[in-house]
Amino acid sequence: MLYPVICTRRCRVQIGNDERDGAVPDDGLIRRLKALACTAPLNDLDSRKSYLEWLDGSVYQMAEIGLHVIDQVTIAMDFDAGADAEQVIARTMPFVAVQGLRRSREEHARVARWVLDSLINVGTVDRGFQRVYGEVDAAGVYVRRRFDFKLLVELSGAAGEIYLRATDEAINVLVGALDTDIESAQVAAEVKLDHLIKRGRLADAKLAAEQARYRTIQLGEALRTTLEATRRDVRAVDWDEAAPALLDSALDHIQDRFTAEDAILRHIADARDEATDPRHKRQAADLVAIVEDCMRRHSQLLLRLQQARALFRAEQDRQLFADPPRREAADLYGQFLRPIMDLPVADAYEPLEAYFRASTGLARPTVVTVNSLVDLLLRIPSEPSDLGRELPDPELVPVVSTNRFSDGHWQMAERLLDLRDVTRSLSELLAEAAELDEDLPALVGLLAGHAYAPEISSAIRRGRRHILLALPTGDSLPQAGAGGVHGADLMLSAVALVDDSTPT
Amino acid sequence: MNDDVTAAASLIVFGLRPKALPGRDPAYRSLVIRHRDDDAFAALVAAVARGLGLRVLDVDAESGIVLSPLQGSVFELRLDQYARQTRTNERRDVEKVLHGVIFLAAAALAFPRPADLANDQYTGRVSVAEVDTMAREVTRVLRENANAIDPEADTPRLEQVWRAYARRPESQSTKDGRAAPDSTRGMVGRALRYLADQGLLVPVPGDLDGLYRTTRRFLIQVRELAVERTMDELLRIGVVPVLDPGGSLRAADAAEGEG
Repeated sequence: MLYPVICTRRCRVQIGNDERDGAVPDDGLIRRLKALACTAPLNDLDSRKSYLEWLDGSVYQMAEIGLHVIDQVTIAMDFDAGADAEQVIARTMPFVAVQGLRRSREEHARVARWVLDSLINVGTVDRGFQRVYGEVDAAGVYVRRRFDFKLLVELSGAAGEIYLRATDEAINVLVGALDTDIESAQVAAEVKLDHLIKRGRLADAKLAAEQARYRTIQLGEALRTTLEATRRDVRAVDWDEAAPALLDSALDHIQDRFTAEDAILRHIADARDEATDPRHKRQAADLVAIVEDCMRRHSQLLLRLQQARALFRAEQDRQLFADPPRREAADLYGQFLRPIMDLPVADAYEPLEAYFRASTGLARPTVVTVNSLVDLLLRIPSEPSDLGRELPDPELVPVVSTNRFSDGHWQMAERLLDLRDVTRSLSELLAEAAELDEDLPALVGLLAGHAYAPEISSAIRRGRRHILLALPTGDSLPQAGAGGVHGADLMLSAVALVDDSTPT
Repeated sequence: MNDDVTAAASLIVFGLRPKALPGRDPAYRSLVIRHRDDDAFAALVAAVARGLGLRVLDVDAESGIVLSPLQGSVFELRLDQYARQTRTNERRDVEKVLHGVIFLAAAALAFPRPADLANDQYTGRVSVAEVDTMAREVTRVLRENANAIDPEADTPRLEQVWRAYARRPESQSTKDGRAAPDSTRGMVGRALRYLADQGLLVPVPGDLDGLYRTTRRFLIQVRELAVERTMDELLRIGVVPVLDPGGSLRAADAAEGEG
């Protein structure tokens, strides 16, 4: 008796799972969709290039140029500043020039600028991109959500200059490691690099080294935002767990990288000396340069790491151990700014309006006094010194109808071709039309030609009951036929349409 | 009696001039002193002000008389009118809300701790870059709290304010090299200039562009009126829990910030 019970239970559970399977929140799917969305602006470049009036874009691979631009911005990104737009364009131009050797320098610059502007999305208010995707929430309901992202952002520096930074999304698109864990991907990249060098595949090794460098930049960026937030408000950063974890992982990362890079440098030196192929020699030299750049960045990151905890303690002393509040007052940040920014736009309006009215002082209505009124009335009206050119009287041309056939023609043709339950030949109809009007046979001929292969499905969509159908008789129309219409003679008839897609 | 009314009205007129200060005008100073010493005169000033649609928030030897408009008064400023001048394709409600948030962020930066707002002598400093950074910092914290859940696509009015702020670029390069008015820094710059025109902020001369210090008048307006009105609106839509009078705002906030 025991077995059937267990069996039924298991079966029911199984069925339950199956039913839910289609509607279970799938994080992986959403991650992949978002990753896909980030590549859309790059793909879009190539589809939009044909709309550019100033460019024959067929020789340019815009997505490649776009990736190159993101590369340039990312590499120029430092702890404190970013990339200057003009420099990025200047560095991208040689890459563009290779693709369009016969084009002018001006065009290369313009293409580079167009790609850069497109990646910032200049011309929109938000200067970003959007993608709508669907998600099944915890209750099993399908919700459509909007994913806002940017690839390159413009920020202002201390002296008011504007520089570019690549967003995390852009760096993810660039390295192709979409939504993966930083550390594990890092380890994988290292192993791969070591492996590749041993097998002499230096081009791939260079790629892997570059990927490792981007990861370092990402970690540095995370650290930079954490430290900046700490400087503003110690409480805004979780120094209990999150920040120490970030510091530890960054430290581990640097330690690993120093070991790995040391080994790589030794290996490459060997590879460079042993290589006979000049291309390999050059690749090895490139790799040395990249690894050296990596080491420089690691030293920079290490310096920041060493200062991070001291900075936290100093800021904590400065911010938290200040005088306690002596009197009860409002906490503008915690009680107002943060809760209001978390509200939906529609709800936030009323509180913000109330705040604005109460805090911005008084409107001063303009008051007309007798003095000012008299002054105003006696003021000599200022004549505009230059009235501009005299407006020319427009020359109006009577409207000329460009239609070959008048409404009357159409009505006559419609009457002639109302062939329900009758079948007539085209030659007959043409002769009859010629008696009515000399232009009519041409229209009838055209309509008949149209009826040869009528669009039945679109006629059904428009709800028509009948359609004119033409079939060749095998004979030709008489040479000196009415209205100059010649060709094969047709049999014409109106057939009833039956829509069998809707149940009757 | 008539002389008293004239004097009361004159004091109110000084309050209507944003840049007038008792320290600069002996007539203003004597009226402020009379207000302090003569209770009947103080009551008369309040009565005249009420008739004009104004409320006397404070009269002080340093900042003079601080007035605020009553509901529906001709002196009332509206966010609608302030935001009207902007020309963008963005939805109007988003535009207005962003302007409102910027004013609130400026005050939150000027008086970062409750103690600062409570201290009459406190002078805060704000700059364009810092106000923008402050608001962006809030978006960062709220983004973390949101656990990377994106907004629903079909209901744009339910989008949270911080998302709208985060979407707006910080700065934009324009062809003629001027600050783009649609960027958040452009909007913050306009808000601070506006407050300075109203006599609530004073530009600090020096190298740093867009640096201002607060005036006592600003502090009084925020503390005595704005906080209360905004809190009323928030309570009406049921957002802010009623705080225990004995409880410290800072402690609650700190616990929340760490969580």
